[in-house]
Amino acid sequence: MPAEHVAPRAGSGQEDHLLANLLHFARLLRGVGFQVSVSQLSDLAEALTLVDIAQRADFYYTTRAFLVHNPDERETFDRAFDLFWRGLLEHSRLQLGRRALHATSLKPAQPPLSRQPPLIAGTYQADEPPLGVPETQPDIEVPPTYSPWEILRHKDFAAFTDEELALAGQVIEDITWRVSQRRTRRQIRVAKRTSRLHLPDTVRRSLRLQGEIVDLAYTRPKAKPRPLVVICDISGSMERYSRVLLRLMHALQHTGQPVEAFVFGTRLTRITPALRHKDVDTAVREVAEAVLDWSGGTRIGESLKTFNYRWGRRVLRRGALALIISDGWDRGDLALLKQEIARLRRSVQRLLWLNPLLGTPDYQPLAQGMQTVLPYVDDFLPARDLASLGRLASRLASL
Amino acid sequence: MFESIDAVQQALYQQRYICDRALATVVFLATKLGKPLFLEGEAGVGKTEVAKVLAAVLDTRLIRLQCYEGLDVHNAVYEWAYARQILHLRILEASHASREQLEHDLYSPEFLLARPLLQAIQHNGHQAPVLLIDEIDRADEEFESFLLELLSDFQITIPEIGTLRAARPPLVVITSNRTREVHDALKRRCLYHWIDYPSFDTEYQIVRLKVPEAADRLARQVTAVAQALRQADLYKPPGIAETLDWASALVAMGRTELDEAALNDTLGVLLKYQEDVQRIQGAMARELARQAHAR
Repeated sequence: MPAEHVAPRAGSGQEDHLLANLLHFARLLRGVGFQVSVSQLSDLAEALTLVDIAQRADFYYTTRAFLVHNPDERETFDRAFDLFWRGLLEHSRLQLGRRALHATSLKPAQPPLSRQPPLIAGTYQADEPPLGVPETQPDIEVPPTYSPWEILRHKDFAAFTDEELALAGQVIEDITWRVSQRRTRRQIRVAKRTSRLHLPDTVRRSLRLQGEIVDLAYTRPKAKPRPLVVICDISGSMERYSRVLLRLMHALQHTGQPVEAFVFGTRLTRITPALRHKDVDTAVREVAEAVLDWSGGTRIGESLKTFNYRWGRRVLRRGALALIISDGWDRGDLALLKQEIARLRRSVQRLLWLNPLLGTPDYQPLAQGMQTVLPYVDDFLPARDLASLGRLASRLASL
Repeated sequence: MFESIDAVQQALYQQRYICDRALATVVFLATKLGKPLFLEGEAGVGKTEVAKVLAAVLDTRLIRLQCYEGLDVHNAVYEWAYARQILHLRILEASHASREQLEHDLYSPEFLLARPLLQAIQHNGHQAPVLLIDEIDRADEEFESFLLELLSDFQITIPEIGTLRAARPPLVVITSNRTREVHDALKRRCLYHWIDYPSFDTEYQIVRLKVPEAADRLARQVTAVAQALRQADLYKPPGIAETLDWASALVAMGRTELDEAALNDTLGVLLKYQEDVQRIQGAMARELARQAHAR
């Protein structure tokens, strides 16, 4: 970074120059996926008057503290910083520079997790159904029940035509996906008599009666849906099912409950950001772009290990449910698989495994991978037709 | 307050905290601009320590709010002393006071229990306090939104009393272990800094500074093993806190040098998961001890 680019000398002309450069730099960052607000920039400009910006390091650390909010963004930021402030980019050639930036295979920064919409949407508010028992039995029946649907309900996903697939997608979206709840430590006020008094309100009410305590106020713990993590196999042997299963994951993602989604073949990819698109086809397209190992081999153990090490502690919080979808055909290391499934089992409230092959009349879970994991699985469920997904929905709501 | 980034580094060093230029820069800016500091990093890299040391350097009070699930206004901001209020009511009953009088008496500052955030607002020392909001990732998302509001104007409204405003806005340090992603809106209001594991040289200096009883050779070996373990495939690599605990443990055992037996015996101080201990015990431990010996 040549000093003359940024170091303001006495006149204000140089400061304008710096500000202009900051604006261009911000534009470059936005181009690679950063969110940079005007107020951040003006704060940054103020901060830069406090440090000696002729010192490259101080200039860099200050800029970074204002514009980077996530360790995953740092690498992209560093590259953009180097490119820009080294003077490779004159502002007149910004466009060119941006292309150069992409040419150096600079991937857009992953949208940070925190930019997600709030995890808990309007489904459960103050007056929620009591813990564990949903007030009304969730509507898990696949809605229309006349005969073409009846046939479709029990048709193996693998045999779906594109048209049927679109219909099935609709049905999956229409299923009421609810994840069972857990008690949190947060207390909410209730009208009904419970075992716990709400003292602030009790005292306040007593004032109406000249301090006589007659009218008692109560609280009970607030319930929240359990976080759900879905890890889906997209290797060759699952190919015929993955197009439906992606729609299932999309539907789960859009229930307003905390859901994290991953897919794996030989390596694990987090697809939660891609699935966030409202339109299912756009979402599926994005997933396809994000995933590099479609329909290849399977290494369940390796993938679970990546999950456990990189994501486990972040997404498996507070009584989470893990849902793995795979046929268990594993070409990887079985000892590793055993070790990692055991670790996963210890980190979650409940481990569910969906197998598309389960439910075919003559299927026995003989695949070695399946044999290895079965002892650690709480619920082993089929996922080969719409009817079985309906059963999954009721299972998730009742755990 | 600090004159320059160098001054920050020196002042923290005098409190036996070694920080790199990047961290010193954000601390300097936080004190100058009055912006909260958001420190993220793996467990045991010295995030909380920053706040403690800052309070010592600035010679002011450290107010700490440890976050946990279910943390609410009553535990974070203020609460009325209900039991005492009820007792007081009983006493007043005899006097046949009016309802207004009762209310006035009961909701006076006398019955107000200030929790950390209110304490930080009410602080009236000669220096602004350091407010440490520790492990924010453990609190609920609802609490983050509340905090966002507080951090923007440093005032708290108590319906029965009125609005309280900080005479000197506290220097806020928020830490997160990143067990979940904290909302961007909160981070944007702060100066964000990710604390990495230190280099060998830095960690060695830290060990020397914090565990001065450890022989120079032992300090080198301990640091080398900790550094190597961070490269190994572990579920939870040791943080600086573990390195320091380990050095102290070895000193307590009367060691001036590391060998394989000592390493195997004390692995539990460094590693907190059984799988990790199993992986390192045996051949790996032998190799680590051999490499450490070369230091």
